[in-house]
Amino acid sequence: MRRVYADANATTPLLSEVMEAMRPYWMERFGNASSIHLDGQQAHGGVDRARETMAEFFNCHAAEVVFNSGGTEGDNTAVFGLLRPGDHFITTSIEHSAILQPARRMVERGVETTFVDPQPSGLIDPADIQRALRPETRLISVMLANNETGVLQPVEKIGKIARLAGAFFHIDAVQGAGKVPCDVKRFGCHLLSISAHKMHGPKGVGAMFVRRGTPLEPLLLGGSHERRQRAGTENVPGIVGLAKAAQLAMGSLEDGTIDRLAALRDRLEAGLLQIPGTGLNGAGDAENAVRRVANTTNIWFDQVEGEAMVIALDLKGIAVSGGSACHSGATEPSHVLMAMGLDKSRARASLRFSLLKTATDDDVDYVLKVVPEAVEHLRAISPVTAGTAG
Amino acid sequence: MSGGVDSSTVAAMLAQPAGGADAAQVSVVGLTLQLWDQTRLAGRHGIPDAPKAGRCCSLDDVYDARRVAEHLGIPYYVVKQEERFEQDVVRPFVAEYLAGRTPIPCSLCNNHLKFDQLLKTARSIGADSIATGHYAVNEYDAERDFGRGRWILKRPADLAKDQTYFLFGLTQEQLAHTLFPLGRLTKPEVREIARQHGLALSEKPDSQEICFIPGGDYKQFLTAYMEEQGEQIPETAGELVDSGGEVLGRHEGIFNFTVGQRKGLNVSSPTPLYVLQIDPASHRITVGADAELATTTLRAGRLNWISIPELTGPMRVTIKIRHRHEPAWATLEPAGEGQVQATFDEPQRAVTPGQSAVFYDGDEVVGGGWIV
Repeated sequence: MRRVYADANATTPLLSEVMEAMRPYWMERFGNASSIHLDGQQAHGGVDRARETMAEFFNCHAAEVVFNSGGTEGDNTAVFGLLRPGDHFITTSIEHSAILQPARRMVERGVETTFVDPQPSGLIDPADIQRALRPETRLISVMLANNETGVLQPVEKIGKIARLAGAFFHIDAVQGAGKVPCDVKRFGCHLLSISAHKMHGPKGVGAMFVRRGTPLEPLLLGGSHERRQRAGTENVPGIVGLAKAAQLAMGSLEDGTIDRLAALRDRLEAGLLQIPGTGLNGAGDAENAVRRVANTTNIWFDQVEGEAMVIALDLKGIAVSGGSACHSGATEPSHVLMAMGLDKSRARASLRFSLLKTATDDDVDYVLKVVPEAVEHLRAISPVTAGTAG
Repeated sequence: MSGGVDSSTVAAMLAQPAGGADAAQVSVVGLTLQLWDQTRLAGRHGIPDAPKAGRCCSLDDVYDARRVAEHLGIPYYVVKQEERFEQDVVRPFVAEYLAGRTPIPCSLCNNHLKFDQLLKTARSIGADSIATGHYAVNEYDAERDFGRGRWILKRPADLAKDQTYFLFGLTQEQLAHTLFPLGRLTKPEVREIARQHGLALSEKPDSQEICFIPGGDYKQFLTAYMEEQGEQIPETAGELVDSGGEVLGRHEGIFNFTVGQRKGLNVSSPTPLYVLQIDPASHRITVGADAELATTTLRAGRLNWISIPELTGPMRVTIKIRHRHEPAWATLEPAGEGQVQATFDEPQRAVTPGQSAVFYDGDEVVGGGWIV
């Protein structure tokens, strides 16, 4: 059966160039990058070249790149590594759990935290960040792009606010990296976290930009790796793969791949919105149009249970995500969509389509053929008569 | 798929039917209903911090179910229905106890989750029917109801595993879209089939307790749940009296009692005393000798009929008044207001409000209702 993978914001496959770049570092150049001998030096060389690529990717100095295990670690490091009891922390209610859960832990430890809500469009208004500032605000953390709606946040403006307020600024760029340029100088951030597997790199590896002089406490202790910012033997093949993926992503931003992807997404979105009883989450209106990453669209389907729709589409060969997520065993409607003001049933009736940059016109045609049929079928299912003995 | 032997074997029987490639090919999708977070009340009022393994909806059981699906090569999904389960099963369960009745959550779950929501989900994803590991038989009889035809529910081959008592609420539509592949098998035969299909869990023990109550202590659960909800357990302390009305002592709340209960009365008496009646209005608990527990009639409401469209006159049936009860002969009559009255041939012990009464004609489930 034909399969269309439209869940790129969950993860992406390796590109073959990435696989090839990593290949020598599993068996031939297997050394420990901390070792003195030739084997160690070969591994060290791979990490150094990767660091240079990432410095180009972030528009920073190579010494400001710290390799880690991915976005969750980067987010945790920013929160736990800068905040102390008595500090004030500003973040948003639409962040990933990798920010929200550490933030709640810090609240328990005496860090006052403000969770700024988005506009109904999914956009964080910089003025709301400005209003949340206090003299003791030490850290502001805002995502570059939202994972569910794809809405790009005004990080440059927030960077200016942070600078004027003397606060540190962290950007969770996991969903934005590879889809828009990650220029830390333009963003004006002190910290920025990315993950390799969201941009066709391997899972379990990521990187963090840490501006020189930022007093970030490491999360992991146990060695002098990564300039004492992150202990643990370097995941050399992973780091090499991350850098290759980043290099290819920079190419995609310049060679028209991302523009082509945006056009595909727009065609998909327009086609889906032709189904009666649908609407776009994270759109804004004519006056306040929001910018989004090129691959994501989030749509509600009236009278459709998102969870059943995800299963039905999977059985027809289409992989997407629903508008609810499993948190500690209980299913909650998406906190992002709820924060944007959707009611529970509409949040549950929402689906996220996120295309790979390798998506084709045929993929979009197939989705546009299958989804309307599936929606019609789901809506035609009348509720089964409940037992009278109730 | 609960991750247990029965539903896993059903999946295997349907996905890999005996007869190999010649057998009728059925396309099977495995679904697990996730109904309750077993860690939710952990640490409250003596509920252990870590849930026991082998409990419905525990991660272990989802792991087992997923493994079976992988082994059989069928698509598999976990369908999360915690909210519905809490609303339609847990809250009524709590409310019934607090009102002095003794509820059966499994029947509520069958009516509201397994054969309602799950069937709806199944149809949504393109399935015609659901198949479950219940021990029961359903079949269509075109002759019934003057040739209009009805779906019939019958007791299974393995009477020790009979689950028809919990299935009396099934509608004709639900029965028409449900398969019970284990109905004509015994449990040892089911374990043997599981072994033949190479299912690693063929020796997994049966689950017995109410799935959302760790350790089976319902009072502990009530206290912990009400605390979590920030609700007060209503004050229902009152008098313990004998059947002549003489006050024998006091109790701390009617939810601590169920009809027929002997332990925990805290009344000294030369002969054993049992709870005869719980009066939710006066909070009075009437106790008495074992012989006084016997009654010859019961009334039931919120009825569902299976083998007949409706009860229009007296009918001879056998009635089960709790899961482990030998069906007893009785005459059933309409009693108005959507209720029936049953008169037993022999007095029955501990007819308990809140439990269900299921009416049988031989092996067939005629229908059932909730004892009032």
